[in-house]
Amino acid sequence: MIADLDQRRAVGPEIHGAAPTGDLAELWEQHQLDLKLVNPPNRRKFKVIVVGTGLAGAGAAATLSELGYQVEAFTFHDAPRRAHSVAAQGGINAAKAYKADGDSVERFFRDTVKGGDFRTREADAYRLAELSVRVIDHMTAQGVPFAREYGGGIATRSFGGVQVSRTFYARGQTGQQLQIAGSQQLLKEVGAGRLKLNTRTEMLDLIVSEGRAVGIVVRDLVTGEIRPVTAHAVVLATGGYGNAYYKSTLAKSSNVSATWRAHKRGALFANPCYVQFHPTSLPLNSEWQSKVTLMSESLRNDGRVWVPAQPGDDRPPNEIPEEERDYYLERLYPSFGNLAPRDISSRAAKAQLDAGKGVGPLRNGVYLDFSDAIARLGRKTIEDRYSNLFELYIDATGEDPWTEPMRIAPGPHFVMGGLWTDYDGMSSIPGLFVGGEASFNYHGANRLGANSLLSASVDGWFVLPWTVPNYLAPQLGTAPLPEDHPDVQATVRQVREQLDALLSVGGTRGPDYFHKELGELLWDHVGVERNAHSLAKGADAIRDLREEFWRDVRVVGHGQQLNQELERAGRVADFLEQAELMALDALDREESAGAHFRTEHQTEEGEARRDDENWANTSAWAPPGPDGRPVRRSEPLTFERVPLATRSYK
Amino acid sequence: MRLQLEVWRQDHANDPGRFERYQVDEAGAEMSVLELLDMLNAQLVDEGREPVAFDHDCREGICGSCGVMVEGRPHGPVDYTPSCLQRLRSFSDGDTVRIEPFRSEAFPVLRDLVVDRSGLDRIIASGGYVSTPTNAATEALTMPVNRNEADQAMDFAACIGCGACVAACPNAAAQLFTGAKVAHMASLPQGQVERAERVRAMVDTMETDFGSCTNMGECEPACPADIPLRVIAELNREYRKALWQHRRTEEPDRRGIRWLSRLRTGPWWQSDPDERPPGGG
Repeated sequence: MIADLDQRRAVGPEIHGAAPTGDLAELWEQHQLDLKLVNPPNRRKFKVIVVGTGLAGAGAAATLSELGYQVEAFTFHDAPRRAHSVAAQGGINAAKAYKADGDSVERFFRDTVKGGDFRTREADAYRLAELSVRVIDHMTAQGVPFAREYGGGIATRSFGGVQVSRTFYARGQTGQQLQIAGSQQLLKEVGAGRLKLNTRTEMLDLIVSEGRAVGIVVRDLVTGEIRPVTAHAVVLATGGYGNAYYKSTLAKSSNVSATWRAHKRGALFANPCYVQFHPTSLPLNSEWQSKVTLMSESLRNDGRVWVPAQPGDDRPPNEIPEEERDYYLERLYPSFGNLAPRDISSRAAKAQLDAGKGVGPLRNGVYLDFSDAIARLGRKTIEDRYSNLFELYIDATGEDPWTEPMRIAPGPHFVMGGLWTDYDGMSSIPGLFVGGEASFNYHGANRLGANSLLSASVDGWFVLPWTVPNYLAPQLGTAPLPEDHPDVQATVRQVREQLDALLSVGGTRGPDYFHKELGELLWDHVGVERNAHSLAKGADAIRDLREEFWRDVRVVGHGQQLNQELERAGRVADFLEQAELMALDALDREESAGAHFRTEHQTEEGEARRDDENWANTSAWAPPGPDGRPVRRSEPLTFERVPLATRSYK
Repeated sequence: MRLQLEVWRQDHANDPGRFERYQVDEAGAEMSVLELLDMLNAQLVDEGREPVAFDHDCREGICGSCGVMVEGRPHGPVDYTPSCLQRLRSFSDGDTVRIEPFRSEAFPVLRDLVVDRSGLDRIIASGGYVSTPTNAATEALTMPVNRNEADQAMDFAACIGCGACVAACPNAAAQLFTGAKVAHMASLPQGQVERAERVRAMVDTMETDFGSCTNMGECEPACPADIPLRVIAELNREYRKALWQHRRTEEPDRRGIRWLSRLRTGPWWQSDPDERPPGGG
């Protein structure tokens, strides 16, 4: 396989994340003193582009605008509030330690590093934990209606992968409430005339000049107009690429295009193989189900996961007696039980399905049973906690979780991979910053539940507004590149050419057909479990599908109008390229770590086996060189504060 | 089941538009209205025809992107439910289903079923926020909130911004949307400082872009987020209170300042009559 691998990829020099050294607890504070400042009257001389208006994008745009920078924000949605952060249900972690359960910044940091299976930078994970406290204060001040205790304090609950209660929530709509608060702050700046917001405008390329990110090319989705926008710095907060799987928990328009096109301009893409499969998605019921519906993981606080002990047991769940049920998570992981981390829960579920113990009409789910919790806590308490999730379930399935257990299954959900960034959130292209899920940061090989809202908020509100000015400060006196600059014009031309190419293939099948095919390939070859043989086959099949796409795609309509088919085609074209890198990265990483489970690398008990000697690093891929092979570079990771240990949730 | 579809097609904002008829042969009762459109679009693309443009995204009822009129009702036949969660259970084999964009003067059609709802964001931009600069917040626990009040704030804050309330309203009024935000902010301590200014600014903006509320109550059942009608009463109360406060406190001060500044620039009789000091002519 190695020979084959060498034909597929080259290996480049190491890279380093420029994290400052010293006591982790003082690192960020010290680093802030080292970051250069811009004098308030000079700030309006700098222009910053922010792409994406989710938690990371809205936070960064609003804060930089408040500070006095000229900010121009872009979203392909009709309103900033629609960004996919809105859909996160369960909550946001913070080391507030409002309960006497032994929580602290240090513990949260350790949980994050350990949960990520030791594939994240310690410095960044520590900062995440440290700033979590400020995020809760800030979002509370903005009027986010966090759930309260009877005494008026803020309520918390525990979430998968941890033993303390540090998850803050607003009913089952935490993401929505944080997202709305963020977009309100963004609109506040718009209303004050300080920030220019471009809705229904999609970024189609990054403009790089003399090695720096100097702007973007966008398409007005209503008129089809293509235009360049130049600035002193560009922030990408465009979310994750989980929709490569077609049926994922993501919103339908979530895509990889902004980050992928930045990658094609040279930005390193880190750990594309780290994809988290959410253990509490709803199993698919039909071909026309347009996506995987996510049920919040918080349900696992009170629900018990089980399958029939015997394969092929067709009895309705309530007729299966207690002793003929296998509560496999409680059995296999007694100390964490139903709250075992996502990757472990997803894999355990997959093992049950493979053993023929799947339930439901397509035998593709496991049960999540609330009957014990309802008996113990009463219906009212369960209603308070999960009423909207129960309603969602009833609506989606027509089944009633009050009387029979829910059915759940693993579904592609969150990607830990993304554009590589340094400690300042800057990519390998100077001037290109990345925040939120679009970046690879914080989560290592597996993200803890309720850490995604947090990482996006931390990046947007509390990191980028400090680090972007540090990049801007030395550029005082320079103007953004004029639009007639050859580098700008060349990028605009290439964007036009790509759109024309898509429109002129004149094939027989719409982009959705190829997207579905790609999704199936990824699910089969780059899924919950992977192996070298299947990954190599998958990578080849993806390449073939991509070639077929460019021979046979049909994009109806033209480019000077609102054309959703053209939008889809561009996004699918990018997924078809990026998916191959996902497979290649998974093939390249000869170990199991977190969500990346290679069946060749497991212990006798079937647990993931890391290879810390060779793979305690981040893979950061450069675009293909002249020989057509992507170049894998590595950032070594060292663990001083949290000693390397094998994860055990037993 | 086989459904006849009458779908509004409009190539661009200035195109007069028309209904076109299509047939979908294998619609399932569990499918959503949007999945029905997916199915139709796959069929159209296969035939080389342009698919129907419609807004949609999360398909879980939280992003607020989707929204079409089904048989003349915003989102569809089932009350309190967004288009993405409207199943086809209410239809049976052979039925004709008419799908058109949100019909409202406040929401111009951009193409097919896609409308421009930016008026809603203009309302928010005029005051639907708490002005808290990043990094300025104090420890969250210093501001206790009664649990029931927090729950109530959450009820109001649940609005998904889809605009169905406006589409349902014969007057194209946005009172339910605006009322939800005003009530959310007014019921929390964080919202108190800007309470009066917020409702004044939001209502003023609302009235330029949207129609007037005549208490028809059509909006409430159209709302997928269960925003209760009483937010409109709440909005009216907040607005009256704010106007009264305005007269009592802010305005005289402001007039005084204007008057003083006028003294520096020229005599009042050369000024705009609206700008003259109280009782000054």
